[in-house]
Amino acid sequence: MIRVVLPAHLRTLAHVDGEVELEVEGQATQRAALDALEACYPVLRGTIRDPVTQQRRAMVRLFACERDLSHEQPDAPLPDAVAMGTEPLLVVGAMAGG
Amino acid sequence: MSGVRVLVGTRKGAFVLTSDGKRASWDVSGPHFAGWEIYHVKGSPADQERLYASQSTGWFGQLIQRSDDGGTTWTPVDNQFTYDGVPGTHQWYDGTPHPWEFARVWHLEPSLTDPDTVYAGVEDAALFRSVDGGQSWQELAGLRGHGSGPSWQPGAGGMCLHTIILDPVDPGRMFVAISAAGAFRTDDAGKNWRAVNRGLRSEGIPEETAEVGHCVHRIAMHPSRPEVLFMQKHWDVMRSDDAGESWHEVSGNLPTDFGFPIEVHAHEPDTVYVVPIKSDSEHYPPDGKLRVYRSRTGGDEWEALTNGLPQRDCYVNVLRDAMAVDALDSCGVYFGTTGGQVYVSADAGDSWAPIVRDLPAVLSVEVQTLP
Repeated sequence: MIRVVLPAHLRTLAHVDGEVELEVEGQATQRAALDALEACYPVLRGTIRDPVTQQRRAMVRLFACERDLSHEQPDAPLPDAVAMGTEPLLVVGAMAGG
Repeated sequence: MSGVRVLVGTRKGAFVLTSDGKRASWDVSGPHFAGWEIYHVKGSPADQERLYASQSTGWFGQLIQRSDDGGTTWTPVDNQFTYDGVPGTHQWYDGTPHPWEFARVWHLEPSLTDPDTVYAGVEDAALFRSVDGGQSWQELAGLRGHGSGPSWQPGAGGMCLHTIILDPVDPGRMFVAISAAGAFRTDDAGKNWRAVNRGLRSEGIPEETAEVGHCVHRIAMHPSRPEVLFMQKHWDVMRSDDAGESWHEVSGNLPTDFGFPIEVHAHEPDTVYVVPIKSDSEHYPPDGKLRVYRSRTGGDEWEALTNGLPQRDCYVNVLRDAMAVDALDSCGVYFGTTGGQVYVSADAGDSWAPIVRDLPAVLSVEVQTLP
């Protein structure tokens, strides 16, 4: 089980409070986690990754275990603590705008 | 008693303003989609309860929302706008080829007859259609396939398809406008398109009368006379009497012919409204006076409408999709400003009053006339 913390706008869209818990089949990677997230909450399709290119949106970052994972390869394993559910994967909207 | 529902898109959410036919007392609902940019909200002419909204942010991309109860509740529908086939390239600001990339939906135009059919004008410029209430979108690729497509260039605000006009008499005919490519018309429901820019003259492009490359800001049509079009171009207010085949200037005595919106009175096809803006480098009214200009002669002769509008220290803008008219017996005219005001005139522009003064910057205003 993976825990994901969404930014406020996406929690509103998905009608969730607090963390989201996801079952990820196979190796826990960014791609697998986001695939599982979008499968559970289809309204989030296209909000974190471009729906066509699957590229992470420029102003969305992925943090975990006090590390910035945004530039990791999508199929790279997530940290063990995230894969085991002891630490959450944080989806963060960049600080920008007014 | 009949009434109106005004749909307002802003930089930070949507608002729904409702009133009875007097249009003097208003209920304000919102913000809907708080914190998101709402480029456009529009209701179906075939079902007043069916609304579509374009919701986006630079963070999380594009969503389309649909309401089936007049804006009380909303449901996200499909947000995937995929260009047909190999997207190809258009020109970038520096003249180099740039791949077509979807950025956002600027304008949603519901069908005149079918609540489930809606058109979307997007950036980078293309036209999409849904025939299932927004559950899926398909590009009408003949537009981008127009031979000039690779030469289109973005304006300062991006290369956006911002205007969609459906001909109420000929279901196969529609018009679109793109900044900064110009106006285009189809006569076969979107399969084939041609540029309809003859008569436009733009000093900011190498060939002033080129077939494409004009920064058209907005086009308006009266449904009783669909062959007559009015256009607010970057500079110049223009008119066509032959469905875009040719255009002539009707700026007349306007203090400046730069501006964004243009609208036609609901019952008087020759009564036209514009909001002159000082210049392309100073996007606010001349002399700090917010004035709507009205022509009752189909252009050329314009009168300033100032009663109830600020006549000093006003430096807001009125964006291209931020003006609308209702269809009540005494035609109501509405516009929103980048300063967050939405003004109404219940007497065709003779007098104005603010409905709200302090919304986020207004991106779009539409109005539904309720039975």
